[in-house]
Amino acid sequence: MTVPTEPIEPISNTVESETPGVIQVRDLVTHYGDRMILKGIDFDVRQGEIMIIMGGSGSGKSTLMRHLLALEQPTSGSIEILGEDITTLDTVGRANLFKKLGVAFQSGALFSSLSVGENIMLPLAEHTKLDPETMRIMARIKLEIVDLAGFEDLRPSELSGGMIKRAAMARAIIMDPRILFLDEPSAGLDPVVASALDDLILKLRDAMGMSIVVVTHELDSAFKIADRITVLDQGHILSVGTVDEIKNSDNERIQNILHRRTEQEIVDPEEYLRRLTGGEFVEETVAP
Amino acid sequence: MPPNTLGSTLVDSTERLGRGVVDGVASFGHWTALVVESVYWLFFGPRMRQPVRLAAIAQQMMEVGIFAVPIVALLSGTIGLMLAMQGIHTLSQFGAESQVTAGIAFSVVREFASLITGILVAGRSGSALAARLSTMQINQEIDALKVTGINPVRFLVAPALIAMIIMVPALTFIANLIALSAAGLFISYDLDISQAAYWSQTINVLSVGDLMHGLGKSLIFAVLITLIGVANGASVTGGAEGVGRVTTRAVVQSIIAIIVTDMLFVFVSTL
Ligand SMILES: Nc1ncnc2c1ncn2[C@@H]1O[C@H](COP(=O)(O)OP(=O)(O)OP(=O)(O)O)[C@@H](O)[C@H]1O
Ligand SMILES: [Mg+2]
Repeated sequence: MTVPTEPIEPISNTVESETPGVIQVRDLVTHYGDRMILKGIDFDVRQGEIMIIMGGSGSGKSTLMRHLLALEQPTSGSIEILGEDITTLDTVGRANLFKKLGVAFQSGALFSSLSVGENIMLPLAEHTKLDPETMRIMARIKLEIVDLAGFEDLRPSELSGGMIKRAAMARAIIMDPRILFLDEPSAGLDPVVASALDDLILKLRDAMGMSIVVVTHELDSAFKIADRITVLDQGHILSVGTVDEIKNSDNERIQNILHRRTEQEIVDPEEYLRRLTGGEFVEETVAP
Repeated sequence: MPPNTLGSTLVDSTERLGRGVVDGVASFGHWTALVVESVYWLFFGPRMRQPVRLAAIAQQMMEVGIFAVPIVALLSGTIGLMLAMQGIHTLSQFGAESQVTAGIAFSVVREFASLITGILVAGRSGSALAARLSTMQINQEIDALKVTGINPVRFLVAPALIAMIIMVPALTFIANLIALSAAGLFISYDLDISQAAYWSQTINVLSVGDLMHGLGKSLIFAVLITLIGVANGASVTGGAEGVGRVTTRAVVQSIIAIIVTDMLFVFVSTL
């Protein structure tokens, strides 16, 4: 293990090094323009575990995910996925590596010019030599899994938001990936479907041994499925640990995130009002 | 908010112009790379089991080429008629109306056919390309392609580029035929010469070089329209508003590029 650059709460090294890491990020620093977004991240995902990434809005969760997927070039640091440094891979190497990854974006990102079925078959059509009938059957199986059987001939524009997310999930698992990335998979889903999705994620880990990285805001879901949780805060890793370790953490910032306490609630009301109005309003009303 | 005086506006726009030029020069390398990459995928894609899909090319060829035939025919026919009327009218003032055939043959084949086709394709297909790519960019579909191990240039740009390279010269050829035919109809009626005489005169004055000049230009227009559409589509920011912005910009830039390129061609070929 390397030395974390921002060691706030170095817990959870208990079950370390039994299983090999599938993702290994070291000292990742990234900028958008002049703004530093990720400030030295160390991040590991082990084979067959579900790793949840939590954190407030703007803390850098999506940015971290985009870097893990080589959609963004870091300023410095290294990112190894399945033993390969993705910052130095060429196009072909990257394409080969990505065949072993599945990704469901927050917006779904289904191809609007293709039907739902074609969307889900696309990775098969591109990377395998299966005949169309086999591909159709495989697509139907995955649609069945996400409870979308019978929708393969619709266009993405004819689906609801929750259905798009589940279709995106089906596309992400069509190649039976080694690592699955999910950005807010259950946001906006009704509780029944969200809970079914949690069960599906657990099943994918247990039955197929997938390693799964999930960005989520849903605490219940996170606590239900997580093997470990990474808490991001303003571009730093605040803490990494098991569900119990995170729940019992005495770090105030983590407790704020867990109990959805916002900073606004913590500051005094007058100061809050002043910030909202840029100062003027408060002074005027306070004046006798 | 900074004060918006005339001075600062001027400085601003000058600076923006300068930055635009720098960006333009920088992206020129990028664009060349894009063409090279598209061609690369066309020839080497199959070897890496990642071919450019023929179905996608065929579909683009329908969109860019076949569906544009009626409007190209209409416009080029109109232009042919217009040139014939104006040519006879102008030349008759010098008693030289019998020279109109040669004048029209050159201006249609060397200039008008490729120019009209280029502008039309920029408006129809350059805008469509920019709109499609920018929507995909905003909807994270391009990211989804990348993480699926599918190269977006191979999947999206190469089919469009190939379709354009084939169809824009083809449309230009059609525009040649129709513009010359329309002009011929009017000339044979107005000057009372036979169609056969008109066509043999036309073929006599034209050389293969003239035809190639026009078709060659249209090929360059095809590449320009595609690259400008792709560059704008890829540079989109913001939501639906951004799509509208880059689509408009793609059309305007394409038409400017086409006319400036055309002017350069005339300049060089008449040196
Ligand atoms: N394309 C971009 N250009 C500039 N800055 C960006 C861009 N994308 C994100 N940022 C900035 O990076 C920071 C982290 O953003 P990120 O999207 O990673 O947050 P997040 O943790 O995913 O938040 P949320 O929960 O709201 O999705 C934010 O401050 C944001 O302003
Ligand atoms: Mg996010």
